Amino acid sequence: MSNLTSLTLAEARDGLRAKKFSAVEIADAHLAAIEKAKSLNAYILETPEKARAMAEESDKRIKAGDARPLEGIALGVKDLFATEGVRTTACSKILDNFVPPYESTVTSQLWRDGAVMLGKLNNDEFAMGSSNETSAFGPVVSPWQRKGSNAKLVPGGSSGGSAAAVAAKLCLGATGTDTGGSIRQPAAFTGIVGIKPTYGRCSRWGIVAFASSLDQAGPFARTVQDTAILLRSMAGHDPKDSTCINMEVPDYEKAIGKSVKGMKIGIPKEYRIDGVPAEIGKLWEQGAEWLKKAGAEIVEISLPHTKYALPAYYIVAPAEASSNLARYDGVRYGLRVPGKDVIELYENTRAAGFGAEVKRRVLIGTYVLSAGYYDAYYLRAQKVRTLIKRDFEETFKQGVHAILTPATPSSAFGIGEKSGADPVEMYLNDVFTVTVNMAGLPGIAVPAGLDGSALPLGLQLIGRPFDEETLFSLGHVIEQSAGRIELPDPWWG
Amino acid sequence: MSIDAATVRRIAHLARIKVEDGEIDHLAGEINSILGFVEQLKEVNVDGVEPMTSVTPMKLPLRKDVVTDGGDAKKVLMNAPQSEEGFFLVPKVVE
Repeated sequence: MSNLTSLTLAEARDGLRAKKFSAVEIADAHLAAIEKAKSLNAYILETPEKARAMAEESDKRIKAGDARPLEGIALGVKDLFATEGVRTTACSKILDNFVPPYESTVTSQLWRDGAVMLGKLNNDEFAMGSSNETSAFGPVVSPWQRKGSNAKLVPGGSSGGSAAAVAAKLCLGATGTDTGGSIRQPAAFTGIVGIKPTYGRCSRWGIVAFASSLDQAGPFARTVQDTAILLRSMAGHDPKDSTCINMEVPDYEKAIGKSVKGMKIGIPKEYRIDGVPAEIGKLWEQGAEWLKKAGAEIVEISLPHTKYALPAYYIVAPAEASSNLARYDGVRYGLRVPGKDVIELYENTRAAGFGAEVKRRVLIGTYVLSAGYYDAYYLRAQKVRTLIKRDFEETFKQGVHAILTPATPSSAFGIGEKSGADPVEMYLNDVFTVTVNMAGLPGIAVPAGLDGSALPLGLQLIGRPFDEETLFSLGHVIEQSAGRIELPDPWWG
Repeated sequence: MSIDAATVRRIAHLARIKVEDGEIDHLAGEINSILGFVEQLKEVNVDGVEPMTSVTPMKLPLRKDVVTDGGDAKKVLMNAPQSEEGFFLVPKVVE
C-alpha cells in the first residue's frame, strides 16, 4: 500500500470518506515510510501507538458517518508545538526530556478535526536557523539532491524536518512556525507549499516562543489546496493568546480555483538584488506572466525600506528571544547543571543547554536591550519596522491585491556549506521572507520550477492582512501553470 | 561600534550564560559581525516615526480579574529537575 503515501491530503480525505482505504492503512503506510527514511533525520520522535489509536478512532467515525474535516489525515508536528504527554524539546538540549502536560492550541484543533499524529519533526534549535543545522538532534537531510551529485543538501529551516517529511512523503502535511521565513524558505527548498498566515490568525499558545511579535504557525503540504484545508483547522480565535484575533475563519478551500481576473499584482523593484542567480529572476518573470495570462494585472511597485528589514529583524528577533529564553533556568523544567549558588546554576545550565546559534542570539538580544543601547538599537529598529509596514500599506492602498517575489535568493545549499565564520551569510537567506514577518502579513511559498541543477525554486505571494484566500487563489494559478514538481524517488531507503 | 572582551563578559553575565575564556574572542568577532550588519539602520530617517508596538492594529482584550486556572501543583512540578513537598528545589539563596 505504498501508494497511500503519494496521495495528496485532499485525495486521502476523499478516499477515506469513500472507504477506498482506512485511516489505519494510511497511518501504517506512513509509519513504514518513516521507518525507511531514518537517514533523513526528519522525525526526532515517532508516535506509532498514538497514531494507530487515533486512526482507529477515525475509522470508527467514518464507519458511523460521523467524519470530521481532517478525519484520518496523518500529520507530522514540528517539535516547537507542545504535545500533551509527548516529549517536546524545540530541538534544544535545554528542554531535555520535557513532557508537556498540555497541548498547543493549534495542534489541539487539528486533533479536534480528526487528524492523526505520526510524530515530532526536527527543526533548528528554538527555530533559530535557516538550514536545520542548529538542531540538538543533528541536521535534517533534504530528500533532494543536485543532478549528478549525491552531496547532502539542507532542507532549509527552521522547519526543516516538516519540509523534508512532506517532500519525502512521510506525512500528508505538517505544522511549521515562521518567524523570519521558517515555513516559506524550507517549502521553497523542498518543492512543496507552505504558508505563513497573518500575525494573529493562529494562536501561539503552547508553541515554544522565539520572537513573540513575529512568530506565527502555518501548514506545509504538497499542494496549495492541501495547505488551505489544514489552515482552516489551525486558525481561529483563542483567548489564551491575547494577540490572536477574534475573526471568523473562512473556508479557505473555496478559494482554490477562484478566478484571479482583474487582480492587481505588485512586483517590488527593491527585490531585484545583486548576487541572485539569473534563473531566479527569470522564474519570477515567468510567474508574473502566468498570473497575467490568468487575467491579473501586473504593476511595478516600490517598497523603499526593504533592505532595512533584515538588519531590523536581527535586532528585534534576538531582543525578544533573549527575553523569552530567560525562562530556561534549570529550576522548573528541562536540563539542570549544578553550581555553588543559584546564579552559577543558571549560568552552567544555560551554557550547557543552549547551542552556539542560540547563545549568539541571546547575547545580541541582551546587548541591544541593555542600558545605554536600547534607544540606539531596539527603539530604532522598531521605528524602522513601522516604516516597513507603511510601505506595504501604501501599496495596498493603491489597489494592489498581492505582491509577487522570489521565495529565496538561491536553491538549497549543501550541509556545512554556510556554517563559516560569518553568521550574517546564513541570515541573508531570509532576505525575501523577513519583510512579511516584520509587517505581520500573510505569505505563501509555491513551487514554481527547477534550477539548472534540478533543485526546486519557489515563488512567494504576499497578501493583505487576513486575506489568505487571495493567496490561495493566486498560488493555485502558479501551481497549475508550473505543473506539479516531481518529488524525488526515495534514494534514502 | 565594536564590542570588546569585557563587554562580552558583561552581557554573558547579564544573560546568565557562562562563557569560557577561550570562547570570548570568537564570540566578540561574531557579535561584531552582526552589529556591523545592523549598522546600516543608521541611514534611515526615523524622525517623528512611532516605534511599532503591535503589528496588527488591535486593542488588547481585557477579561475579568479572576482565577481561571490553577490548583495543579503536581502538573506544574512534573518536569522539575528537583522538587520536594510541592516546591521547586534550588541551592540556598539567602544566608
